[in-house]
Amino acid sequence: MSHDHSSSHDPSHVDHNSPEYIQKTIKKYLAVGGILFGGTVLTVAMYYVHIPSVFWTVTIALLIATVKAGFVAAVFMHLSDERKMIYGVLICTVFFLIGLMGLTLWAMNDFPFFTLVDGKPA
Amino acid sequence: MQSTTTTTTLDTHDHAPHHDPGFLRSYVFSTDHKVIGIQYGFTALMFLLFGFLLVMCMRWQIAKPGVPIPLVSGLLESLLGDVAKGGVMSPDLYNSFGAMHGTIMVFLAIVPLAFAAFGNFVVPLQIGAVDMAFPRVNMVSYQCFAGGGVVMFVSFFIPGGAAQAGWTSYSPLATIVPTHGQTFWLIGMVLLITSSLLGAVNFIATVIQLRAPGMTWMRMPFFVWTQFVTAFILLLAFPPLEAAGILQLVDKVLGASFFLPTGLVVSGKLYDVSGGGSPLLWQHLFWFLGHPEVYVLILPAMGVVSEIIACNTRKPLWGYKSLVYSVLAVGFVSFIVWAHHMYLTGMGTKISTFFQTTTMIISIPSVIILTCLFMSLWGGSIRFNTPMLFALAFLPMFGIGGLTGLPLGFNFSDLHLHDSYYVIAHFHYVVAPGTIFALFAGVYFWYPKMTGRYMSETLGKIHFWGSLIGMNLVFMPMFFQGLYGMSRRMSDGGATYALSNAANEGVVTALTGTVIKMNVFITHAAFLLLLAQIPFIINVFMSMFNGKKVESDNPWQATTLDWQTPTPPPHGNFTKEIVVHRGPYEYSVPGHPTDFTPQNAPEPKLVK
Amino acid sequence: MEIPYAVKPRPDTGLYNAKLGIWLFLASEVMLFGGLFSSYILLRVGADLWPHGMVSIPVGTFNTFVLIASSVTVVMSWASLKLGRLGDFKKYMALTIACALGFLGVKSFEYHAKFTHYDVWFKDAATAEKYFKAAYGEEKGVEAARKLFVERFHLHNTKAVYEANQVQLPGHLEGNPLFATHRSLASAKKETFQFTPDAPFGTHDHPKPIEVKLSDVERLSAYVPKHSTYFAIYFTITALHGLHVLGGAIVLAYFLFTANTWWKKNPEQLANRVEVGGLFWHFVDLVWIFLFPIIYLL
Repeated sequence: MSHDHSSSHDPSHVDHNSPEYIQKTIKKYLAVGGILFGGTVLTVAMYYVHIPSVFWTVTIALLIATVKAGFVAAVFMHLSDERKMIYGVLICTVFFLIGLMGLTLWAMNDFPFFTLVDGKPA
Repeated sequence: MQSTTTTTTLDTHDHAPHHDPGFLRSYVFSTDHKVIGIQYGFTALMFLLFGFLLVMCMRWQIAKPGVPIPLVSGLLESLLGDVAKGGVMSPDLYNSFGAMHGTIMVFLAIVPLAFAAFGNFVVPLQIGAVDMAFPRVNMVSYQCFAGGGVVMFVSFFIPGGAAQAGWTSYSPLATIVPTHGQTFWLIGMVLLITSSLLGAVNFIATVIQLRAPGMTWMRMPFFVWTQFVTAFILLLAFPPLEAAGILQLVDKVLGASFFLPTGLVVSGKLYDVSGGGSPLLWQHLFWFLGHPEVYVLILPAMGVVSEIIACNTRKPLWGYKSLVYSVLAVGFVSFIVWAHHMYLTGMGTKISTFFQTTTMIISIPSVIILTCLFMSLWGGSIRFNTPMLFALAFLPMFGIGGLTGLPLGFNFSDLHLHDSYYVIAHFHYVVAPGTIFALFAGVYFWYPKMTGRYMSETLGKIHFWGSLIGMNLVFMPMFFQGLYGMSRRMSDGGATYALSNAANEGVVTALTGTVIKMNVFITHAAFLLLLAQIPFIINVFMSMFNGKKVESDNPWQATTLDWQTPTPPPHGNFTKEIVVHRGPYEYSVPGHPTDFTPQNAPEPKLVK
Repeated sequence: MEIPYAVKPRPDTGLYNAKLGIWLFLASEVMLFGGLFSSYILLRVGADLWPHGMVSIPVGTFNTFVLIASSVTVVMSWASLKLGRLGDFKKYMALTIACALGFLGVKSFEYHAKFTHYDVWFKDAATAEKYFKAAYGEEKGVEAARKLFVERFHLHNTKAVYEANQVQLPGHLEGNPLFATHRSLASAKKETFQFTPDAPFGTHDHPKPIEVKLSDVERLSAYVPKHSTYFAIYFTITALHGLHVLGGAIVLAYFLFTANTWWKKNPEQLANRVEVGGLFWHFVDLVWIFLFPIIYLL
């Protein structure tokens, strides 16, 4: 199981299939599992500590979620050490996702001026 | 990139014992990309004809409202019942046929033909692959497509008939129509979208992973590039429509109100839903697919045309790199132009300006592509065979379609033209004499590779000239009808709003007699167009048995790898090891012994 | 004929086919859930009233822990294969599938609780107040019902005035029927029905059941998609996510049950398959990581 493709043309690369490397990553997986549990506890705790500002409540909750998701993607899904091709695909996807969400929200909240009353939609 | 690792796998089929997989495995549940391509092609052509026949009924109703449709009136009445009483189209039936004409043409005819059929058959051959990366996924993709087609087709015969809310299925209309046609439409769409997604994953993985040794990115035929970009568009633009379809299905079946606003009144009564939804949300999700879909329709067509032009002018494509970068740019920008379909929904000026700007930007790479293809003709010794005639006709026809789109992209001129016959003329010029001509060209061009026989040139030329004249006579007058203010989706061809109608006396915007009379003219032209398709249908079937046999595996003397296989290509495609040595369009290279040098040919001895 | 790079990675891309395939598929899934999340944001931003606290946070938190645990076990099962330990692989994979089933079990319990919980709106303010008093006592009844309303929609700081007939009374129907509607009660020829209102805000003492005349009811709905856009989007997204969990569990179970055969035939391909299945599984977890705060907490 230890014949590796990448080491053949890139000697600086660590052998991803060697038992030592896998043993090391297993520790990483457990650590990330711990972080995810902690993050979940933190998110729920934030809910019970009432923050008056809606903006900050949403921002903090989504920030924690993003960090958690980042760990899942980077470590469990091996994205921290992935091939260029996959980065390319994902960057395009994220760009279009932002386009979909952002432009739709913008379009829904940009009203023609003559329909506004005191600067707000009637 | 010059890897050497495929050799072991590429030549295994040489030594593999021959075994007969049986009829079902060979033709129905085949995992061979070529068989799947032909399955897609055949199904899509059937739907193309079916969609055309639907619109023929509509054209009759537009020209002669209330008069029974000749020839098929009895059939329609017996099949569909009350909605076609006495063979006359009721407005409901007209709406059904209109909605299904659009749906069938876009999702069941053109996309499967342009992307799935040609893509499946040609792409693996052109990149020197043995098959698609995931042959079984490929088979499932076709089965989902066929399932979606069956659901759509069956919906005509359920009580109340097929979907009636247009191919765009805007809510609330789509949701509140009391029949179940829309439910079928949504289930059909979910199947078709699944099919497209599986296909798109497969195409991208195939192009990235299975290129033959030496087939670098910039040596790929332009057709492969267009399919590659198309696959990306399908992959990323379709899922939001799938989401929207699921939401509308929940609205329709479970009575939710994602797209139904608070206080919705239907037929004078408050509609029994919770409300709180947003009709515009549907439009955003729909057009997020809807606009990129336009490029799904046109890009493969451009790919087909460029292959045929390069081969039949016997010279390289002009500006290969510009073509590649342009097609990438089109694919990219196509995701952020969608709301130019929605100028009339009351968007603010800032966002309208944004979408107007991106819309104008996307026309630049499109024009570059068209210009490169025109320039490629310069100085070529052109062979005017049928595929080339269709490819040549594509250029000006698509040009007309594209240029007439600009007034629709500017929001101030769109206010007048929106939802008029002008729009119909515009997008039909892009898709009908544009894309469909390119696809006909593709059928004539690759038919010898699929069957080992040419299609008849005589019948082909009748088909071509009849179609070219018919298409223009049908769609050109629609521009004028639209400019005069005739709205689309009127089951009486505008008679209600005609000056001749006593109720409209003195109304300056009423439709003049000339505009109404054009309806009759267009309908006659449409019958001419229908007649012109008969030679094609005969040609496809007759040439399988009577067509002139090809003299060699490369009957057009083409350079790309699809012609360097046996005819028809066997399972596994290539009988020799494929190593690519050169770019895709080395025609008439000075000093080479022939006027074409295949991509896999080693450096030829130069002729002194 | 064999497809190249089905098992070994292609040297220039460094990927085997299935890995690229699953990432492309996940990209499309990002857009699918992206479309749904966009819809959620839009509906919520555009809504006059958006309920809070309709779902149980402890249950949601428990399910989050279950999914995270399954993500750890699935990546451990892959690592075990890489270390050549088939036994460990089976153990971790079985744990993963157990987590998936646990998640779905809890989810169906949650769904069932919703399908048997009802809101009732009354046809006019006077009638509504009559029932509020019957439910929560003559003196404090109207106030208690309003309190539930204010807490549900976080209306503490708004100046808007809501008539009593806009205030719904939450509770349970006699016999705990699933999906009962105004129409289904009417067609069962019922003129009145027994209704047990929910406990007043902040307490757990359920009031006694009250008798409600069907003709006094303007609208009656279980917590189903038809109830409101909140429940519509809640059920649609979580059900779609649940289908992904189910699909993923079936595929992983297939890998588990065919592991012996594949281990003998081609261990590298088995590891690849598990990696690809695992990538899908992590994605399902990742979607939940966003769903949990958005649906349960915010």
